[in-house]
Amino acid sequence: MAILHTVNKSPFERDALESCLKHALAGSSVLLFEDGVAAAVDGTAYADQIKGAMENVSLFVLGEDLKARGLGEHKLIDGITVVDYKGFVELAGKNDTVQSWL
Amino acid sequence: MSDVKKFLYVNRKQPYGTIYALESLEVVLIGAAFEQDVSLAFVDDGVYQLTKGQDPSGIGMKNFSPTYTALGDYDINKIYVEKESLEARGLTIDDLQHLTWEDEDEDWAEKDSIRVVSASEMAEIMDQQDIVLSF
Repeated sequence: MAILHTVNKSPFERDALESCLKHALAGSSVLLFEDGVAAAVDGTAYADQIKGAMENVSLFVLGEDLKARGLGEHKLIDGITVVDYKGFVELAGKNDTVQSWL
Repeated sequence: MSDVKKFLYVNRKQPYGTIYALESLEVVLIGAAFEQDVSLAFVDDGVYQLTKGQDPSGIGMKNFSPTYTALGDYDINKIYVEKESLEARGLTIDDLQHLTWEDEDEDWAEKDSIRVVSASEMAEIMDQQDIVLSF
């Protein structure tokens, strides 16, 4: 079964991302949005954890939330796919379930 | 005895995801009318409030980041940003807006408002305040 995991909390404030990555099975997708987009930037304290997870799961980030925070796409970890709201909906449709890590 | 008190506004949240950042900015601007000794601290996720190039049009919110550049006009020119917080987030001062103020004692010379300080320096700044407001 394919699951889309969504994380909307900052990794620096909550453990939602950490818990998500611990429970995301190989082949599933993780979408970062709202305050969660901070984790998509390279060079952060969580970059290594994200890179490790990307060996098994696909990472996505919502471009609109990056732009809101002035975080340019050039700052992102290589291999993370930027999607817009339409892409978010498509991911939700493509997967069997959506699990929100609130 | 002077009525001027030292106020510190501590900002620890990202902009836009919650309302804290905007609320803090509004309280700072209201407080500016009372001619107190105001400092702003940006620690933890609060450092994201000062990033340059913010554009929240795609998430249907108002871009309030230009307001930070007006703080100098309200004599708010002590803006402390914690170094460790920037580093943990893969950010440097170059990722932040260039905030300035004009010093009337030095023929309106333009000076930087942002001072990047260590966590231990920030602790000292916090220790020197009369009133601390947290957001």
